[in-house]
Amino acid sequence: MKYRKISWLLFKRQLLDWMSVILSLFAILFGLFWLFWILWTTLSLGISGLSLDLFTEMTPPPNSETGGLANAIMGSLMMVGLATLLGTPIGIFSGIYLAEFGRRNMLGEIVRFINDILLSAPSIIIGLFIYEIYVTRRGHFSGWAGVLALTLIVIPVVVRTTENMLRLVPTSLREAAYALGAPNWHMILNVSLRASFAGVITGVMLAVARISGETAPLLFTALSNQYWSLNLDEPLASLPVVIFKFAMSPFADWSRLAWAGVFLIVLTVLLLNILARLILQRKTS
Amino acid sequence: MHNSSTNVLIQFDHFNFYYGKFLALKDINLSILQGVVTAFIGPSGCGKSTLLRAINRMYALYPGQRVEGGLRIGDENILAEDVDLSELRKRVGMIFQKPTPFPMSVYNNIAYGVRLHENLSRSAMDERVEWALRKAALWDEVKDKLNQEGMSLSGGQQQRLCIARGIAVHPEILLLDEPTSALDPISTMRIEELISELRGEFTIVIVTHNMQQAARVSDYTAYMYLGEVVEYNKTETIFYNPQKTETEDYVTGRFG
Ligand SMILES: Nc1ncnc2c1ncn2[C@@H]1O[C@H](COP(=O)(O)OP(=O)(O)OP(=O)(O)O)[C@@H](O)[C@H]1O
Ligand SMILES: [Mg+2]
Repeated sequence: MKYRKISWLLFKRQLLDWMSVILSLFAILFGLFWLFWILWTTLSLGISGLSLDLFTEMTPPPNSETGGLANAIMGSLMMVGLATLLGTPIGIFSGIYLAEFGRRNMLGEIVRFINDILLSAPSIIIGLFIYEIYVTRRGHFSGWAGVLALTLIVIPVVVRTTENMLRLVPTSLREAAYALGAPNWHMILNVSLRASFAGVITGVMLAVARISGETAPLLFTALSNQYWSLNLDEPLASLPVVIFKFAMSPFADWSRLAWAGVFLIVLTVLLLNILARLILQRKTS
Repeated sequence: MHNSSTNVLIQFDHFNFYYGKFLALKDINLSILQGVVTAFIGPSGCGKSTLLRAINRMYALYPGQRVEGGLRIGDENILAEDVDLSELRKRVGMIFQKPTPFPMSVYNNIAYGVRLHENLSRSAMDERVEWALRKAALWDEVKDKLNQEGMSLSGGQQQRLCIARGIAVHPEILLLDEPTSALDPISTMRIEELISELRGEFTIVIVTHNMQQAARVSDYTAYMYLGEVVEYNKTETIFYNPQKTETEDYVTGRFG
């Protein structure tokens, strides 16, 4: 009698177990299905546009024989690179402040709240903001304006991951450093930050991945440039904006180039994500 | 007992400790002797860790925690406003319940604390690291792994690494808060042997839940209950001839 009751319970548990496994599997398959479809489409459409010209030729006028994305690639590299260089230290130091000093005080709460808003603000608003405060004053679109907009997107991502990663460092580890007589900043730089280094770097890479594909904030700031330019005080081409322009055009060669650009971005984002994973894994194992 | 001097090194005098409004230690009067091993025993929550963490002023990290009364090490009032906490913590090392290796190599784990207080040449640092690891009975096991992550050692080795890190800065006092409660019996035995070897050279204060451990490693024992030191005496006396019935009930296992 008692035994029967237990086996019924066991059966119910196993049923529940199976059901949740199957449901999770479906959820995973659903996600993977779209991911692979996206990858497949960009790969098959993008690969035909891939050639050495892509990296040496400028964006062409419609219906021209040759053409590439060299100016857009360079513009993207400059703006993404500078925005990362500017945003990373600001983000890391703010994250350190929030995790190590501002856990419960008023300033910490305010900064955290504002950062959360910035983190979820639509990027087009950030683009418009920089347009209003920088572009209209300078009187023209420029690479610097694009850098500023992208920096504003990098900062909240880095702040958030840095804070979260630092908070994972156990109290006992901090106390162990203090117990040896370490001053505050010394403990933070050499123990806390070191323990969470992989996580912090991952955050930076995810931020880079995010801004590599941002279009909206660049449309209002850097705009685009048909020609090769290294001058950040002029309008500057970038991959997302060129894709935006070319993909909507009726010209076949433009559309081919747009897909090649999409392919480059997807590849970069994918590689950055994989790299982030690898760093995190190596550090935690 | 052992050939220990009878100088008082750590002196609590009408010492109170507060977590916010909560009075966790009440009127502690305790003299801890130089060069001997003193154990704090008592049921969970009686204030052993709190008392231990007062000696290196660990509590000062937390704004809500404060003390009243006197606490001296030697003839220095360590509760004074102008005490250099870094200097104090160089004199008073601490080892925690769970091993806490820093995220760096075995070598740098030891060198970390030394670099905070001294400017040693490369070779002097090498010597210091070896000296500390030998003292902590770890040298033979890690001498070929000095560049490996401290985290890659076993739990017991990690704890001895932490002890080595603690003694590398040449402290006078070592505070151990349940240093073996996260370890297996063999690692526990090695740490206990280590404590016996370090006795005399350092003044050691150990918190433990394990009555046999207190009996094995300590010269003096303080039995605490509800934030007070109920009885403090030579360990033999506490275990075989306690003066208070509460102590007797606890050490004979009738309570706690
Ligand atoms: N951070 C804290 N904030 C508030 N109260 C605390 C804090 N830490 C400890 N206490 C309280 O102070 C008292 C003494 O705690 P303590 O940690 O010193 O006990 P213990 O003897 O070390 O116990 P255990 O054997 O479980 O480690 C307990 O009543 C505990 O609840
Ligand atoms: Mg405790």
